[in-house]
Amino acid sequence: MNIITKLALAAGLATALSSGALAQDISGKVIGFSQIGSESGWRAAETSVTRQQAEERGVDLKFADAQQKQENQIKAIRGFIAQGVDAILVAPVVATGWEDVLSEAKEAEIPVVLLDRGIDAPEDLYLTSVASDQVLEGRVAGQWLVDEVAGEECNVVELQGTVGSSPAINRKQGFEEAIADASNITIAQSQTGDFTRSKGKEVMEAFLKSSNGGADICAVYAHNDDMAVGAIQAIKDAGLAPGEDILVVSIDAVPDIFTAIAAGEANATVELTPNMAGPAFDALAAYWADGTMPEKFIITESKLYTAADDPQGEYERRKDLGY
Amino acid sequence: MTRRILSRLANPQLLALVGVLLINWLLFPNFFRITWQDGRLFGSLIDVLNRGAPVAILAIGMVGVIATKGVDLSVGAVMAMAGAVAATLVVAGYPAPVAVAAALAVGLACGLWNGFLVAVLDIQPIVATLVLMVAGRGIAQLITEGFIVTFTDPVLIFIGTGSFLGFPMAAVIALALLVLVTLLVRKTALGLFIEAVGVNRAAASLAGIRSRMLLLYVYGLSGVCAAIAGIIVAGDIRGADANNAGLWLELDAILAVVIGGTSLLGGRFSVPLAVLGALIIQAMNTGILVSGFPPEFNLIVKAALIFLVLIIQSPLASRIMPTRMPVRETSK
Repeated sequence: MNIITKLALAAGLATALSSGALAQDISGKVIGFSQIGSESGWRAAETSVTRQQAEERGVDLKFADAQQKQENQIKAIRGFIAQGVDAILVAPVVATGWEDVLSEAKEAEIPVVLLDRGIDAPEDLYLTSVASDQVLEGRVAGQWLVDEVAGEECNVVELQGTVGSSPAINRKQGFEEAIADASNITIAQSQTGDFTRSKGKEVMEAFLKSSNGGADICAVYAHNDDMAVGAIQAIKDAGLAPGEDILVVSIDAVPDIFTAIAAGEANATVELTPNMAGPAFDALAAYWADGTMPEKFIITESKLYTAADDPQGEYERRKDLGY
Repeated sequence: MTRRILSRLANPQLLALVGVLLINWLLFPNFFRITWQDGRLFGSLIDVLNRGAPVAILAIGMVGVIATKGVDLSVGAVMAMAGAVAATLVVAGYPAPVAVAAALAVGLACGLWNGFLVAVLDIQPIVATLVLMVAGRGIAQLITEGFIVTFTDPVLIFIGTGSFLGFPMAAVIALALLVLVTLLVRKTALGLFIEAVGVNRAAASLAGIRSRMLLLYVYGLSGVCAAIAGIIVAGDIRGADANNAGLWLELDAILAVVIGGTSLLGGRFSVPLAVLGALIIQAMNTGILVSGFPPEFNLIVKAALIFLVLIIQSPLASRIMPTRMPVRETSK
């Protein structure tokens, strides 16, 4: 029986004795959240969804924006420890350099949950980590295409993310795994669009020129929705109908792609959910209720959205989240 | 006369552009094919003009600044600000001309701010413009509140994606600016004054040139050019992306000016050759995209080609092959 389990039992017992409330109830808890910053729309959405989730559960959320600096995150975590919060959520900006501050949290018996990125530190320094599986995202997108073309010949052009970034590597790998057994689907061209709309558009323009005006392209797979939005404009400029002449599948599920899906210009997107806090709160609730140790790596769902999934409604649900 | 035209045609920039285009053609045989589609020209060459236009416009502003021995690092951030201002205004319901005018005014104000720091406070240009390079993107993000502000305004979209006589609007705007600025600096004494300040500001002042005013002008022009490029880039994707619009383009603009043969030490400069430099850079970018190389090679290929272009222009190469930018005729 290691120290964590003992602590867990003790904490669980204490919670059960003191509150005697519902097992899943974590209302009244004070939880600190050290966010990286707001460098992307998704990040902003994650912040607002975390706040929503905390409010729904009656959690008193202490929010700290690190503005992309690890030193700010370490300061924020030390601050949370000093305030004696019940738990700490961290979206780590980098993978290394967390041992000291997480050991301090452990000594103070405050469970730490990592959100959306892993770290290089002993696993006993944090309770669990909640993240998406980027390879799975690519695989879901690839599987959609395999099902959609149903055996017909299909040349795919791929708009990669920033060269060397982990989402680009993993989403490429997942997609390739999914289409590996479908000999009818081949990736004809692949270039980086740096995750941006304008580069996505520029690269797609070039692909259209080098593929017989687009006649040889059956589908475009973009590593994020923004590049897909750019590619859709390029396809329209070339006199083709995106979504029909050229299928469009991408990843992230930001609001603008739902507008495109509703208009029939994009076909499918795989969600990178901004709700990392929900599973984290659930894990904490179970941990406090009866000492259940969550799995070390909680994987969020990679849900596929198509025109059949009420794209207009999804747009309305997301547009105010800060994307 | 014929010899003069010939020597102008044989300048290294034009040779480099032709060389890059030929390499593209070898890698992708349809590179030169241009078709007529939906009332506009369509083909890789047109893409080079269209995609190269923002950097060309930045270079038109940048070349004057560099000729005064300065540099403007803030143009990428000013692009983001101008795009953000134009997009937020049309989304808020203002008519497009007001939005465009406001964006240009923001560009001018940024340029004059840089000019003020350099000319009046005598701060080194690289430091002075670094301030706005960092702060400007932050301001743009504040204006857009971190969103990509998308719009459907037809005028702004036309500026970014429309066409005039079949040519992309962005390229037409760049050409108009090129003609305008070239006439301004070559048909008046302005160009000579700029070069004089670049060679020796103190001597130029003693000779009666109002160098402070002149620096304000060139930085102001650079700001306005950046704003124009920012509006084009926003119109192109129908949205202002404060995080990415114009990111690192200041470096491409400086490179275009340098490829155009203007020295970073100031002095002699050429606006058309800077634009040619921008086209060389874009021809490389488009070539890499249509060539089918894996993206991991993009930067290596680009670096190798730029290295080649710079070698062709080096003083050593010009001694072996005398095709340097011709010095303007003097009474000899």
